[in-house]
Amino acid sequence: MTDVTSAASPPRSQWRDVWLQFRRHKGALVGGMVFLALIALVVIGPWIWQVETNPARLIRQRNQGMSLAHPLGTDQLGRDLLGRMIQGGKVSIAVGLVAMLIAIFIGTTVGVVAGYFRRLDGALMRVTDLFLALPLLPLLLVMVLLFRDTLSGLMGPEVGTFLLIVGAIGVTSWMQTARIVRGEVLALKEREFVLAARSIGTPPFRMILRHVLPNIVSPIMVSATLGIAGAIITESALSFLGLGFPPDFPTWGRLLYEGIDYLQQFPGRVIWPGIAISLTVLSVNYIGDGLRDALDPRARGR
Amino acid sequence: MLTYTLRRLLIAIPTLLFISFVIFLLLDLAPGDPMSQVPLTVPPDVREKMRIALGADQPMAVRYVLWLKQFFWVEPAHWMNATFGTHFAEGQQRILSWQSRSPVFDIIAQRIPQTLTVIGSSYVLGVLIALPIGIYSAYRKYSWFDQLGTFIAMVGFSVPTFFTGIVLIVVFSVKLGWFPSIYDTTLRVTDWSSFWMQVRQMAMPVTVLALYNAAQISRYMRSAMLENLGQDYVRTARAKGLSERVVVLKHVLRNSLIPVVTVIALGIPTIFGGAIITEQVFKVNGLGQLLITAIHGSDIPMVQTLTFIFAVLIVLFNLIADILYGILDPRIRYD
Repeated sequence: MTDVTSAASPPRSQWRDVWLQFRRHKGALVGGMVFLALIALVVIGPWIWQVETNPARLIRQRNQGMSLAHPLGTDQLGRDLLGRMIQGGKVSIAVGLVAMLIAIFIGTTVGVVAGYFRRLDGALMRVTDLFLALPLLPLLLVMVLLFRDTLSGLMGPEVGTFLLIVGAIGVTSWMQTARIVRGEVLALKEREFVLAARSIGTPPFRMILRHVLPNIVSPIMVSATLGIAGAIITESALSFLGLGFPPDFPTWGRLLYEGIDYLQQFPGRVIWPGIAISLTVLSVNYIGDGLRDALDPRARGR
Repeated sequence: MLTYTLRRLLIAIPTLLFISFVIFLLLDLAPGDPMSQVPLTVPPDVREKMRIALGADQPMAVRYVLWLKQFFWVEPAHWMNATFGTHFAEGQQRILSWQSRSPVFDIIAQRIPQTLTVIGSSYVLGVLIALPIGIYSAYRKYSWFDQLGTFIAMVGFSVPTFFTGIVLIVVFSVKLGWFPSIYDTTLRVTDWSSFWMQVRQMAMPVTVLALYNAAQISRYMRSAMLENLGQDYVRTARAKGLSERVVVLKHVLRNSLIPVVTVIALGIPTIFGGAIITEQVFKVNGLGQLLITAIHGSDIPMVQTLTFIFAVLIVLFNLIADILYGILDPRIRYD
């Protein structure tokens, strides 16, 4: 008998099943490839695509159209648009990823604590509701305006603005994650294995790390992907309103904002960054859609 | 239901007080100075007097309580006076903008019509587009129409509104010259030609926002319909020999609209936030644009009041959505 069981197919891991299901979602697969390609472009791009930095030479090649030397043309100061797009993409995607990490960290912490410790539940959920009632975009604008100069003075304009924007977006977008995580934890707490773990005296902290968190990874992953998309859109909206990164520090939103002045003569300067933002967000949203299907065991195998 | 509504209203009061306090604290850290736009030739002691006249020298707590009194007592009283000819709170100071030195609520009242025409009509249009699309894609699940609808909805909420707006400007204003790219608020609709002008200048901002809203609402409509189409009562209705039309458009649609109506109500305050960007793209001088200029000019009373009004709208429509849900769905009992 033992031979039969060992000869049967090897135990299937959960992540293999998830991957098999994810692969069947065409949109998610294409989205994943596009997103990886974009990340590769902005990471490897600066080494392959060298840009001219000497201002004297730059000014002679300003406002050029598309050519072999400058596939997307140059801007009013002669800077190569493709080079700036690559630079900007690095910042935009980094903002998306870091802001998502902050939001997920706060959201998961609040959600787990609220779901696990009944005494803190009411207070924490009240705070979550308060945050949900805040008008977020106006507050983000105000926060950026207030702290931009202070933080720029402390840490330099690039790092300061980056930390400010990432922190502001993270602090204002954790609420959905917290609600989802709390719901999952509440359901998980009633399960037998948690009772068993508690009966052998597992302390709460280890209980959360060993038994609760691994079981709520799926909803966290889904809201993480959607969080990247939201953060990228919010950052570019801030830059578009003129309250994002400083001018010499391009992001896709900033490039789009600068291109608006030349909309009539050179529409490409607005279109390319806009396409980059839309493509990134679209691919990330498709990944999230695919993950949601793949991580849901009820939908799997259908 | 009534006790529930009353309880929610009572909870809303501390919530709003807390939010207004958070906004006030945040703005209190602002480096902006109400005197920053006064010419440098004005001597420092005069500047100081002007600051005192604005009340900017008082401690924070005093200014906060004063603002609360102005917002909740003086301003409604003024509104009463203007509407019913009463004489409440005469001679009391209203909330003044630091930029224009005129009452904040007067400026807001000037800006509201533009925002409501553009944003309001785009929301209504978005809902009108979204409902049929959602119904049909759920009824013909996985058909080409549904696939196309899913794709367009995905694109609709992935592409930011400032980009769709600019693409429309490039195509329809710059290349084709059909629509003006700047919204002219001085236009008065008096005859057919000015009405046509108004329609033309509203076309692009309304399209942008309507598409964005329709993308989200059509998804909710579709999933609500799908949930109901598989229910037993639908089979019963079909078994009774009712026509498909009656089954889908009467039995299923009415039940599916319950969650969708609450989603629509919840979306109303967020459209004001989204409007900030669209108003900036098309140069509509509505509430969003007012907020941006106030932020850039560090006009703290204006920013404070506007942000708080947005917060009030969010809390109010959350309440409305919950109450609507209870009224429309008799299975929901709040007591």
